[in-house]
Amino acid sequence: MKKELKIPRIKNGTVIDHITAGNAIKVLHILGIPKTSTFVVSVAMNVKSRMGKKDIVKVENREIDPKEVDKIALIAPKATINIIRDYEVAEKYLVKLPDEIIGIVSCSNPTCVSNSREPVKSRFKVICKDPLRIICYYCEREPEDISERII
Amino acid sequence: MNFKGKDIISIKDFSKKEIDYILEYAKKMVPYAKGEKYTDALKGKILSSLFFEPSTRTRLSFESSMNRLGGRSIGFADPSATSQKKGESLADTIRMADAYSDIIVIRHPQEGAARLAAEFSEAPVLNAGDGAGHHPTQCLLDLFTIFTEKKHIGKNNIVLLGDLKYGRTVHSLAYALALYGAELTFVSPASLKMPKEVVEECNELGIEPIQTSILDKAVKDADVLYVTRIQKERFPDAEEYNKVVGSYKIDNKLLSTTKQKLIIMHPLPRVTEIDPEVDYTNHALYFKQAFNGIPVRMALLSLVSGGLL
Repeated sequence: MKKELKIPRIKNGTVIDHITAGNAIKVLHILGIPKTSTFVVSVAMNVKSRMGKKDIVKVENREIDPKEVDKIALIAPKATINIIRDYEVAEKYLVKLPDEIIGIVSCSNPTCVSNSREPVKSRFKVICKDPLRIICYYCEREPEDISERII
Repeated sequence: MNFKGKDIISIKDFSKKEIDYILEYAKKMVPYAKGEKYTDALKGKILSSLFFEPSTRTRLSFESSMNRLGGRSIGFADPSATSQKKGESLADTIRMADAYSDIIVIRHPQEGAARLAAEFSEAPVLNAGDGAGHHPTQCLLDLFTIFTEKKHIGKNNIVLLGDLKYGRTVHSLAYALALYGAELTFVSPASLKMPKEVVEECNELGIEPIQTSILDKAVKDADVLYVTRIQKERFPDAEEYNKVVGSYKIDNKLLSTTKQKLIIMHPLPRVTEIDPEVDYTNHALYFKQAFNGIPVRMALLSLVSGGLL
């Protein structure tokens, strides 16, 4: 039996697959959708897969840039990014957590110097990749709600 | 071992070997710290002493240390008289101090301020306390006090008492003592217990600290009792505070049940937690501990500036 697609194929753009089930909305938030976007976006949530459930996001006519990929890694560490050109997968890569996260997450400590008016970007060291744990380079606190603190 | 140009931000930036080296070097500084010997090891060097928060012991001992080494210090103890009041960033203040001096010592109310300062300074930065964060020179002088009194740091039964939750000094100290393999007991009211992360750090170093709220039993076999002040504002009502404070009072009656060679330490200032009658016993080490800030800070200033004895 022919496999039925939950969302139709796109001609050009990005398909983000294998997003941790329930996190598609957060991925949209990272991509600035819908606030700053006029691109057509399709979302499928809780889709059955071999690994259990997953979410999928398809963005038409937009190829996402590496900085956005790093942000996605924070909330969907097993996601795959497919760049689609003329219905074909032109590039495919897995998101990868960097050892340091710079300028992406704000520190949860209100009295951390990185939250004051200083000419520095927030900076976190990744201390564990699965489950994800990060500590602030400046105040050494560990934020619990990482996805809520993405800038 | 070369420390020239190194920043002193957190005790965790140092290996046990490096700490040992600093403590041995600090020992050599004692006669100079007492004024029995003189040195010009840091002649011509200038220390910027930037205190954005009040301090008595730390600021005076840093400035005294610089003078004892033949150097000079500039700076401020009240940020209201500086450009910070005009809205200048810490980064710019540090750039300026870097241009005017050879070493920078900073105390600041925000956590991570010293780490940030080090990013903007060529000159080595010494952290004299960053909010609720680190105070590595206090930790080193505490280790130095135990080391000089007990001849070693590990193999001691050490009790940390008081506000273990918010107390800045006890977190780094617990880590450093665990690094040396000391036996640890944490005594505090339930609401001011040692944070879980600090206990886990000790565990990772192979130490399983005992946690209790009862002092009498914990102190019986102790070699070192490290007392911290319990801050009144941490309690919802005065009655609760008085109950806790009363139960942790160190007096001669309590000391009659402890080892004769027990030493009592306190980062100071103390309020009511140690009865003044204890000051006259051999147990009281807190004033000597405060003096030890001088040889330890002299050692650090000398090492990071390269102006060795």
